[in-house]
Amino acid sequence: MPADLKKNPELSPEDRERIAQSGIDMISMGTKCGVYFQMNQEVVQAACHEEGIEVLSIGDALKKYPYLEKYIWNLVPKDKDEYTRYVAEVQEPKGYVIIARKGTSNILPIQACLYLGREQIQHVHNIIIAEEGAELHIISGCASGRHVGRGGAHYGISEFYVGKNAKISFTMIHTWGEEIDVFPRSAARVEENGVFLSNYVCMQPVHKIQMYPTAQLVGKNAVARFSSIVIGYPGSLLDLGSRAILAAPGTSAELITRAITRGGTIISRGHIRGETEGTRGHLECKGLILKDGTIYAIPEIEGVVVGTELSHEAAVGKIAREEIEYLMARGLDEETATATIIRGFLDVKIEGLPPALQKQIDTAVDAAEKGF
Amino acid sequence: MLEIDDLHVTVGDREILHDINLQIGDGETHVLLGPNGSGKSSLLMTIMGFANFVVTSGTIRFNGEDITGLPVHERASRGLGIMFQRPPTISGLKLGKLLEVTSGDHSKEVQEYALYMHMDKFLERDVNKGFSGGEIKRSEVLQLLVQNPSFVMLDEPESGVDLENISLIGHAIEKLLQKDIHLKSRKKSGLVITHTGYILDYLDADRGHVMCDGEIKCHGNPREILKDIQARGYRECMECQQT
Repeated sequence: MPADLKKNPELSPEDRERIAQSGIDMISMGTKCGVYFQMNQEVVQAACHEEGIEVLSIGDALKKYPYLEKYIWNLVPKDKDEYTRYVAEVQEPKGYVIIARKGTSNILPIQACLYLGREQIQHVHNIIIAEEGAELHIISGCASGRHVGRGGAHYGISEFYVGKNAKISFTMIHTWGEEIDVFPRSAARVEENGVFLSNYVCMQPVHKIQMYPTAQLVGKNAVARFSSIVIGYPGSLLDLGSRAILAAPGTSAELITRAITRGGTIISRGHIRGETEGTRGHLECKGLILKDGTIYAIPEIEGVVVGTELSHEAAVGKIAREEIEYLMARGLDEETATATIIRGFLDVKIEGLPPALQKQIDTAVDAAEKGF
Repeated sequence: MLEIDDLHVTVGDREILHDINLQIGDGETHVLLGPNGSGKSSLLMTIMGFANFVVTSGTIRFNGEDITGLPVHERASRGLGIMFQRPPTISGLKLGKLLEVTSGDHSKEVQEYALYMHMDKFLERDVNKGFSGGEIKRSEVLQLLVQNPSFVMLDEPESGVDLENISLIGHAIEKLLQKDIHLKSRKKSGLVITHTGYILDYLDADRGHVMCDGEIKCHGNPREILKDIQARGYRECMECQQT
């Protein structure tokens, strides 16, 4: 296992660039903060220098802490679909376990990089636990080599446990290739006063992504926020959703999506279920069709008791001509005016996110701006 | 500076401006008066080059150059600037970011002007989102100060502005039009639409024009025209044969 990723000969400069686009800083990796690096099915590195936070491969974690068995396949059912069944049946599971012990917090986010370099199925099973009062920030950079062809796929199971008064922010930036199929299967359980922030950015072409992470807010005043910023390119199918179950008094959820298509199909789903009184939820999907393509927004809000307040807002359209001309009147040419408006459209500031992570999101969005 | 000859403009299938002729010299400020819907804003939009306003005949010349067919940003880069009456809201785009892009990143200047226009707290807000009438005007003037155009078009700069703000906006417009420097060195020109004439307290406009039904009906001393309109309304103007 090479400790120094900087010298890893299997990564070309282009591959490194794609990993960097996914928010992973390979220079600081393994020195400044916690790291998990998986290349295809090989765990290259799993370590953490932060006191009270552990980053382990799932194999090592299960040996070290047998009690973790009860956290596996607990939130995501094994037989949910063909992808979960596939991962459940593998003999040697790969993936990471990150545990933030009671009361700890990490200032620099833990970097988890899942890199696919050839035509195969990469599968992971991740368990993320923030114990009572802990604050845990993770950036998950998922990337593949640009030339990885058909047959390259990623199946990822992630189960998040947010303890009482704890917080997890999970920022996932995808830089897959044009032929890759991706099937994340994620679920979170959030206890009293816990906060779960899930941020998803996909600015680069991919063949197919399908995911519908769910947060169950089971403790009083628990909060979930899902934010997604995605671009669909010709040939891409992005079938994305997020779901929050408001199962305890005072819980609240916010599901925000900004979607742009330049020719691909984006299905933006969302579901908030208010099961208890004194709960609030808001779902917002804004879509821009720049060129051909389809944006299909399916917002669902489901209230089953008196005293749950749910709302949704969905809009799909084009950039208004008057907005472009307004900026042109200030001296910007049409192309710059359009890019400036799109950049604004994609600018989602996420409350509670450390500046370093917000910067990674902004950088990923900026990288796509050149192509608008 | 600006010469408009025999200009005809259509929007959709309808001709909205007929046979407009107008000359504005260096350092001059002209005022455009007229009832609602008479075509004043359309004339400003046409001069700026917005796509909806199609010039079917005639020319617009700026500093001797025929700009009739130029795109909006080319006109802006040659020195034309416009204050919008009802600018669009641009969600997600911060006012500060817009000023950074348009100023070529002269952040010190942007900060100074933002303070001057009492807009420093708005730099992190989305452009025009939830702005009051007065805030929109201050934001527009701030954008123009940063852009620094040589020909300034103002569409009802005083509408929806309270008395406190009108003085601020008035003084800023004075600055935009170089009214604070000596007549002989003044180079900037302007075309201002006003209904109330309050803005004339700050501008000392050189000439006034009255527009009715898409035509310029008369020219003259702006204060005299305004006084006339205040006393007798636009009825006589509408009946007047073009001079």
